[in-house]
Amino acid sequence: MQIKGKAFKFGDSISTDHIAPGRLFHLRTNLPELAKHVLEDADPEFASKVQPGDFVVGGKNFGLGSSREHAPTIIKLAGVGAVLAESFARIFYRNAINIGLPVLICDTNQINAGDELEVDVSKGEIKDITKGITIQAKPLPDVMIKILNDGGLLEHFRKHGGFALDA
Amino acid sequence: MSKTIVEKILSEHSGTDACAGDIVVAEIDAALVQDGTGPLAVQHLQKLGMEQAAKPERTVLFIDHAAPSPRKELSNAHKILRDFAKKTGAILSDVNEGVCHQRMVENYMNPGEVLIGADSHTCTAGALGAFATGMGSTDVALGIASGKTWLRVPETFKVYVTGEFKKGVYPKDLMLHFIGMIGADGATYKALEFCGPTIDAMEISGRFTLANMAVEAGAKAGLFNSDETTKKYLKERGRGEAWRPISADEGANYERVYEIDVSELEPTISAPHMVDNTKVIKDVEGIRVDQVYIGTCTNGRIEDLRIAARILEGKTRNPHTRLLVCPASRDVYLKAIEEGLIAKFIVAGATIVNPGCGACVGVHGGILGDGEVCLATQNRNFRGRMGNPDGFIYLSSPAVAAATAIEGVIADPRKYL
Repeated sequence: MQIKGKAFKFGDSISTDHIAPGRLFHLRTNLPELAKHVLEDADPEFASKVQPGDFVVGGKNFGLGSSREHAPTIIKLAGVGAVLAESFARIFYRNAINIGLPVLICDTNQINAGDELEVDVSKGEIKDITKGITIQAKPLPDVMIKILNDGGLLEHFRKHGGFALDA
Repeated sequence: MSKTIVEKILSEHSGTDACAGDIVVAEIDAALVQDGTGPLAVQHLQKLGMEQAAKPERTVLFIDHAAPSPRKELSNAHKILRDFAKKTGAILSDVNEGVCHQRMVENYMNPGEVLIGADSHTCTAGALGAFATGMGSTDVALGIASGKTWLRVPETFKVYVTGEFKKGVYPKDLMLHFIGMIGADGATYKALEFCGPTIDAMEISGRFTLANMAVEAGAKAGLFNSDETTKKYLKERGRGEAWRPISADEGANYERVYEIDVSELEPTISAPHMVDNTKVIKDVEGIRVDQVYIGTCTNGRIEDLRIAARILEGKTRNPHTRLLVCPASRDVYLKAIEEGLIAKFIVAGATIVNPGCGACVGVHGGILGDGEVCLATQNRNFRGRMGNPDGFIYLSSPAVAAATAIEGVIADPRKYL
């Protein structure tokens, strides 16, 4: 899967409250509306600027906090191609894969806001076209690749009639 | 092979010899969703044509985050859970019954069991010697429908705790100190196993506080031995027969071991906007506070309310500082009424909020104004957490919270004890 777009940079410790805050709790059953506020408390202009295929580029412990799956879901609904970060919080990482949002662990210090990126998710290769460099992401665990290739966990479960992930 | 607690529980539930790093499909004993995550879980099952619960008597749907509902959108979201309960026989824990994590340990969870919950603080039940972890709506939806989930067996960090708490220092201070020490991502993915003489001597409410905040260090679960204290609690809750002993095997494999002597600890505070931004009380004393919030799944139990009431008795809150008290469940609330604590709080100028999560999660019932400061007994202080990205949240024990309500600035509770 090849994705091309622009980098939107965020710092360390972007929490699920930055992505999908509690004050918008009532929009959780209206995800397209909630997506208009995605990451609002980290960058109020992000939702209006992001274009399909663009990348959210974070630092350490991206997505810490709540189990709200709405957080990766509205990032995906906003058109984001993938989230790149130095590290992810556990529940966010699992949720993102479950709903089919690619998440890659890599050295994001080398990427600046506005850089043009081309990402090959299966190879874990990030080309920073602006800088002319290639950054290698940590390979996704096999189990995550299986889920992502099936189109998320619901599709995986439907396709296999249950979980086909162990061993 | 010698096993950690988590390896033991996941071996039993997967029918394999589960070791850290293995991927297993495990039977689950119980599942929970709440009104923020449950509607999406139900919608996922509707999409799959699987609107069912494999274990309806252990599937609990909580209306606690927006309870009672402050808006029609949320009332409609609640209807999705009410309808699902009717259709599947799953249990509905309605408005005022309490915060999901408190109710799970009060009424549903036992040692050696597996709980998955669509709420990050599901790890609270680890205090009973269970494997309990937070997941998203998709994972929990499939767990509810199939009775199973997939898991990677986590490596374990042992947290070995010794020493006696000084006056005015509590398990909450220990946990904030620990998170400050290892960082908000210090245990990402790992299981924490709390043990040692201080943990053996700790009452169950303190263990709940520690287990509750395991996720604030990034951990997947926080586990405790199931011992005589666990047995006593289950008996009190009418589930004595469900008790079984659980502990790690001698020689179990730990990725790391942390040793903490609590006799060195001071009252500890997390400053905005991160839980691991911890300070000792003397470094934050005197900071003006607009609102004090005592409650939540972290510190809204009867033991917490007793500590706060003892400090507040015969005093009144500072006129510039609002004081909200929220018992974590209906049972806690009733007990607090029986013990006369609620009257003491009201006399001291408190507003009693019905059991639920509303203020902590920023939905309703205590939202901060621009630039306002709240000191709360909850587990999180991220920017925007209490409904306003321009608010500031400090985290503390109930004792610090009560002292702060009296003085209107962050205050050391020891002079009131």
